[in-house]
This record gives sequence, C-alpha cells and structure tokens, in this order.
Amino acid sequence: MDIIVCVKHVPETAEAEIRIDASGRDIEKQGLVFDINEWDEYAIEEAVRIKEKFGGTITVITVGPEDADSTLRKCLARGADRAIRVTDPKISGSDAYAIAKILYNVIKGMRFDLILTGVQASDDESALVGPVLAEMLGIPHATMIKRIEFRDGKAIVNRELEGGFEEVLEVDLPALFTIQTGINEPRYVSIMAIRRAMQKEIKVLSLMDLGLSEEDVSETGSWIRVKEMFTPPAEKKVEFISGSPNEVASRIVEILRRRGLI
Amino acid sequence: MVEILVLAEHRGGQLRDITFEMLTKAINLSSKLGAEVISIVLGKDVKSFAPTLAEYSNRVLLVENPLFEHFNSDLYQEVLSRVIRELKPLLTLIGHTSYGIELAPRLAASLNIPLATDCIDITFENNSLIVTRQMYGGKVNVRAVVRRSESYMVTVRQGSFMVQKPSPPLGGRIEELSIPMERVVLRKRFIKYVPPPPGGVDITAADIIVSIGRGIKDKSNIPLVEDLAKSLGGVLACTRPIVDKGWLPSDRQVGISGKTVKPKLYLALGISGSFQHILGMRGSELVISVNKDPKAPIFGYSDYGVVEDLFKIIPVLKMKIDEVRARKE
Repeated sequence: MDIIVCVKHVPETAEAEIRIDASGRDIEKQGLVFDINEWDEYAIEEAVRIKEKFGGTITVITVGPEDADSTLRKCLARGADRAIRVTDPKISGSDAYAIAKILYNVIKGMRFDLILTGVQASDDESALVGPVLAEMLGIPHATMIKRIEFRDGKAIVNRELEGGFEEVLEVDLPALFTIQTGINEPRYVSIMAIRRAMQKEIKVLSLMDLGLSEEDVSETGSWIRVKEMFTPPAEKKVEFISGSPNEVASRIVEILRRRGLI
Repeated sequence: MVEILVLAEHRGGQLRDITFEMLTKAINLSSKLGAEVISIVLGKDVKSFAPTLAEYSNRVLLVENPLFEHFNSDLYQEVLSRVIRELKPLLTLIGHTSYGIELAPRLAASLNIPLATDCIDITFENNSLIVTRQMYGGKVNVRAVVRRSESYMVTVRQGSFMVQKPSPPLGGRIEELSIPMERVVLRKRFIKYVPPPPGGVDITAADIIVSIGRGIKDKSNIPLVEDLAKSLGGVLACTRPIVDKGWLPSDRQVGISGKTVKPKLYLALGISGSFQHILGMRGSELVISVNKDPKAPIFGYSDYGVVEDLFKIIPVLKMKIDEVRARKE
C-alpha cells in the first residue's frame, strides 16, 4: 500500500496566550512553538500502522518554509520513507483552496493507493484541503475518519457524526481520507529516531517546479482573504475572581453556597 | 431574481436545527438583497418536511429517490451541482456539520464557486461577500473577503444564528424535482450507523459537572478532579482531547461530537473553549472557569473566571467544600 500523507506545520495555540500582530490580519508568531498539526499527527500515525500491516511506502508532503522541515523529520522518524516540501515566497497569502491546488500539482504524477491528511488544521480550521484535493485528483474521499480497515481491495471506514454516532462506509481505492483525532494513539518518537531521520533527504520544490504561477496561489488564487482579525465578543460578562488560591476558593464556595449548590 | 439556496439537513426522520438556523439567516439576508429563499431537501421520503420548510422559504425543492435513504456526499454532489448550475443562486448555504464538511468543499471545487467554511456571520457589503469565522481554536475571529463571483457557497457553524420563525410564514411553493440518477456510479457506499456505546455515566442528568480539558496535563492527575467532583456531589466530564488520549471514556465528553449538558453548575478546569465544546455546555446555568490563559475563549461563556494554574486551586477548593459539608452534617 503506497500512502501519501499531507501535513501542516502550525503554531501550538491550544494552551498559549495569543496576540494579534501589528498588521491586524494575523497573530504574533514570535514566541510560539511550532509543531505538526494535531490532526495530521494522527494521520501519519495511521499511515505508519497501515504500512506495518501491509507493507508499501509513505510519502509525506507539506507546504511551508524551511522551519517546516522539523515536522517532516518527525514524520520520517515515525516511519515515512520520503518527504517533499513545497516552498516559495509567492505562496504567502494562500488560503486552504490554494494549498490544495499546490498539493494536487505535487501528487498528480505520483502512484498511490491512499492519501491521508487531518480533518483540519488547528490554525485556519478550514477543513477543506482534503475533499478539494480529492475532487482535483478525481478520487473518492471520506472525512472525519475514526477507523480504517481493508476488505477485498476496498476500504471500510468509520466516519464521525454528531452526538457520538458514527457511520460505516465502503470506499473504492485509491481514496483520500481526512483523519479525526483519537483514531489511534500516536507513538512516542525517540530522539534517536529523529536523529536517524536527519540522514533522509527532504525534496524541496518551488512553484516553478510545479508549473504554477503566483496567480494560481497567493490571495489571487484563493477563495478567501483575511481582512481583519479581532478578539471574539463574549457571550456572558465574566467576573474575574482574583487573589490567593485560598481567597479564590473561599469566594467560589461562597458563590456555590448562595446558590444552594453545596 | 436573486436567490439564496439552503440545503436542509435531516437525520433519522428529523430536520436538524442547523437547517432552521441557516434559513433564518437566509431570510435575514434576503430582505436586504431582495432575494428569494429556496430550500432544497434530498431523501428517500421527504414530503413530510415540506410544510415546515415552506414556512421558512419562498420555494421548497423536494428531491426524492430511494438512493437518498442515507446521506452520501457523492449523490448530493450530483444533485446539487445540477441544481446550482441551472438556478445560479447568489449564495448556497450548507451546514458545517459532519455532512457539510464531507460535501461542500468538493461541490464548490467542482463548480468553481468560492467557498468559505465554518462561518458564524455572513454579510454583503458593496457587492462583496464578507464572512466572519474563527481561527486558532476560537481564540480569534476573522472577517474575510470572499473572491468576487456570481455565485458563492458558505458553510455555517451550528449554533451561530438564533432561529426566528417568520411571521407570517413565507408559505413557499413546493416543487418536486426529478433528477435521473441511473448513470451515477457510486465509489462510496453507506453500510450502517454505529450508535454511541451504551451504559456508562449519564452526564446529561447531572446537576453539577466538573469538567476537565488539556490543562489537566496528565492522566495521573484525574483522581484529583474525581475527588473534587465527589466532594461537590457532581460528575466528572471532559473535552475531546481527554477522550482522544484515552484518559476518560467517550460517555464523559461534552461537545458537538459528545453530549449536550445543561447543569446547574459547570466547573470548567483547564478548558480553553473551542466552539465544539462550547456548543455542548453553553446552556449551563452557572459556569465557573479556571484557566491560565486570560484570553481563553471559555471565559466569554463563563459567569466567573479564575486566571490561575488549576492545580493551585483544586486542593484548596476541595478542602473548603469538605469543610462546609462537614459543618452541615
């Protein structure tokens, strides 16, 4: 089984305090730790598990600057065989649709049975690169996948629905699946494995290598363009309780007592 | 005529809330644009939905076929691309749901229509479509301009618009569309639904919920919050990442892919507050949140907030609650 995994190198923001930058169109990236997008980590792990079972190769692809190599190295350390990074200053301003176009141009000449990627990226949360890429390649797809099996040359997948429900689908191969978090337990990658992965080559491609121009990507080739970024309005007016842990706890207890909750 | 097309979503014989949320927004936009609201519903047997949809639409398009018994984005794409090509609506609205995520991006790409996903607001300004959506786990909002086009597509986040039943009802014209599907070759086939595993704790019945997120850091810290929940006479719940890591079973998950809860007290510990989680708890009577990040979105949905390391608060809080309880007994 030859598998392509598309990954994104993103800032970790789940537990970080983030600030809007001077342009008012993006966040301040300085001081943030970048790593593989959480959904993509599950996708590469799933690819490695499939390869361990059925053999084959894994090619991991990303679009991003040189820093993104650390994400590719982690994928190589995990068990990917080849890594490709597309980079070009002209890509700046591209939305998820433009990124899908770039990935299509990397993949179109390649042989594969399966493409895996995360449901969405934790930064722009578009959740569209996977299905758009499948449309461009003309292959079937399914999103939000929580389980993959193979039977008679077809994939049997569980898709997540709302409220804890799932649906089971049979999908012809080659196919593209977007992977939901929790599908597996990503393995721990040792420093030794990452060090070994340093020996593997990362193929770097430019837009010209792919026969693309700035008009195909950037803001011109995108569906949407960020105009302004702002702090979300609050739904409730929160009252902050400050003081020592002891004072805070006393105040909470008082609130609960007043409401008859304890 | 300018048209706004809304894809009605249904499952298990019920129209889903997102359908009415989108129709409400469509009606609101249509009055400004002088547009017609057209709802379209696909299914094996959907005539029963028509009267309700007609209240919210100027036209209702029914597309019935035994093939549509279960949602399949390939079939929906076949039907909707034909309808959109013919009708050329200014805007097509689809829910940013598990169905919409499967369908909309591919449909938009095939039609070469610009798509903005997961939107919480939609406006037209100077002939441009401007959408509001969130990034970075709900920590920031962005206003984005959609590329100029004759036709647009937007997927709408659940719970973004409060449903308003039009008064008087729009009394839309009901039309049945017959679209030949014989030549469609399915490469993706529905097999079955899998319901959530039965049993476990029913967090939806609890008056007091102590809920944890990534801030709990490690599985070994869970007994600490379990003890606090016990002292409060409540149950322990959590966000998705905790279930993904296998630290708590899925019956404890609050949010769009888990359970919706409305307790008297929701104590959120180390939860940043992604919208997927918020949708599952925003109906709680009293929300108290503890998070290290003063800008965590959860505070926008809380009555009281504490910006602090939860491990400093929990032991003291448990001790004080135990004291009060002991005095009462």
